Amino acid sequence: MEKMKSFTSSSLFLPVVALVVLLVFNGIFVDGFFDIQLTEDGRLFGRIIDILTRSSSLVILSLGMTFVIATSGIDISVGAVVAISAAVVCTLVGGRGDGVAETPMVLAMLASVGIGILCGLWNGLLVAKFKIQAVVATLILMTAGRGIAQLLTEGQIVTVYYPPFASIAGVIPGMPLPTNMFIAIAMVIFVSVVMKKTSIGLFIQSVGINPTAAKYVGINVTLVLFLVYAFSGFCAGVTGLIESSLIRAADANNAGLNMEMDAILAVALGGTLLSGGKFYLGGSVIGAVTIQTLTTTLYALGVSADQLPVVKALAVIAICLIQSRKARDLFDKWKGRHDGEAVADSAKAVNRA
Amino acid sequence: MNKKISELIASKYFSFFVTVILFAALYGAGVGMYKGFLKPQVFLNLFIDNAALIVVTVGITFTLLIGGIDLSVGAVLALTCMVLAWLLANTGIPVFAAVLLVLLMGTAFGALQGYLIAKFDLQPFIITLAGMLFCRGLTAVISRETINITNPLFVAMADFRLPIGSGFVSMGVIIAIVALIAAAVVLGFTRFGRNIYALGGSESSASLMGLPVFRTKVSVYTISGFCSALGGIAYSLMMLTGYNLHGMGMEMDAIASTVIGGTLLTGGVGFIPGALFGVLIQGVILTFISFQGTLSAWWTKIVVGALLCVFIIMQAFITEHKSKLTAKSSLEKNS
Repeated sequence: MEKMKSFTSSSLFLPVVALVVLLVFNGIFVDGFFDIQLTEDGRLFGRIIDILTRSSSLVILSLGMTFVIATSGIDISVGAVVAISAAVVCTLVGGRGDGVAETPMVLAMLASVGIGILCGLWNGLLVAKFKIQAVVATLILMTAGRGIAQLLTEGQIVTVYYPPFASIAGVIPGMPLPTNMFIAIAMVIFVSVVMKKTSIGLFIQSVGINPTAAKYVGINVTLVLFLVYAFSGFCAGVTGLIESSLIRAADANNAGLNMEMDAILAVALGGTLLSGGKFYLGGSVIGAVTIQTLTTTLYALGVSADQLPVVKALAVIAICLIQSRKARDLFDKWKGRHDGEAVADSAKAVNRA
Repeated sequence: MNKKISELIASKYFSFFVTVILFAALYGAGVGMYKGFLKPQVFLNLFIDNAALIVVTVGITFTLLIGGIDLSVGAVLALTCMVLAWLLANTGIPVFAAVLLVLLMGTAFGALQGYLIAKFDLQPFIITLAGMLFCRGLTAVISRETINITNPLFVAMADFRLPIGSGFVSMGVIIAIVALIAAAVVLGFTRFGRNIYALGGSESSASLMGLPVFRTKVSVYTISGFCSALGGIAYSLMMLTGYNLHGMGMEMDAIASTVIGGTLLTGGVGFIPGALFGVLIQGVILTFISFQGTLSAWWTKIVVGALLCVFIIMQAFITEHKSKLTAKSSLEKNS
């Protein structure tokens, strides 16, 4: 019983339960949902693998977003930065029909990740140096970012015919799984090792809880903020690589569209409070997979991409209400009044909330 | 002299003056470069093309004044256009009833968002973001195709032109002007308006003073919802369609206009005429681009982004300057 209680109150409870519910739903209604097959050339495929592969972009973005939210900030420019990074890599590799790269691909990739970091540093400059609220500071890049991406691609959709470019989000021959999954796993491992071996996680938390106090105990708040936004930009840059490689093109209008919403949702679902402070990387990763599972499930049910936000919006509000201390207080008060007679009702209300 | 300048910078209206001067300079440059800018109709077109944005900006100004934000405005506008087009196409209800119905819908949606924000102490940013997703999605649920408005009375309203001098304005402009005046009066001359400024200055002080914080918050988001719906009607009058992607990114344009017009994003400072000039500046930039002919539309996004950035950084400096000034004057008083 004690163990049960500690599990239900743990931060992983919500995303894990949501994920399990979705998986069970899929397992019942979709034939062969859990089947994983091995092709002759040694590749794994199946619906589960597919969901995991597709969630790798979101996992990477939500890693960056977790730290930003932990400092009680927010980065709504990630979607636009994804578009910029995609535009950079595609224009550098070039859209030549004969499949020759104009710039070596490694250089192009480095440049696009570098642009991502630059965008993050710009956000960090506005937030840390000019002390502008994070929403507004990142709003600037969100508005202007897509314009910059269109400027880079000259309003065209740049299609890349250079064959190795597709392998960033595709399968390198001989590998069992697509490359983007490895990228995501590598980044998760890297971040967890950094968190384990250094105290930067603690610094980020203290900045999120109380920046003034953090400053007085000797933490370089400006540097922490810069780092956090730069890392978010870096994650968006990597995601831009993956997203452009998926479609082998840079689409300035649609690359990374609404991805900032999904990343925020994943972080919130993972148990990190949107008001900052304590953060849960594992929660964010599971949250991202859950969101992707939800998306895939809804697509399977015949919901179109532009109708999808209705469900996600309800999910956002539900998570906010669960996180809200005031909602919990009101609920406790209400429960105290109706105790006993309304236990069943309150269980229903929790489900609804 | 130095003191005068520093007082001027600290004045509430400094941002507004900068905006007006910038607008005049941009327009003057336009007149210098292209003859067409001198035609009165070009000036009136600024209002005609941006009527919906003006109405939406008026609504979002209220939320920014209390230190909140409303990201759902563009989506509510799209939903309004869509529901109106759907009602006129598929039901026989009279035009005015349909208009009333969509206005009511927008208002109710705003009120719901306000209730969630005020009652459960949630961040306005995240709730209105969810509202934006919800309305956009709902618009797509109603129809993923464009619905044309063919109702003769509504089309007649859209074709209505009110002559002014040698030019004319449309019905949307009349709606926008009425909304501007009403909002300016409410903010400047009513108790409710004072409450909004007080709440934006400091929520805890407002609450300790016994001001109705909860009611004011809910009303502000309700007004924003109403303005978005009203903007949707102005938009429908211009486009005569309901479409999923109407008003995409309009929340950013509206916030940019408000900020350029001198509203502080931290709340408590700002007024309606500034917001109007914020919209007009964006309109002038668009006119420039269409007169120039070779510049592409994405330049607007970049220029507006850059302007927004300059004004926000200016705000940060002004706020710092002001706090230094008050600290200095209180020191002088003490000594």
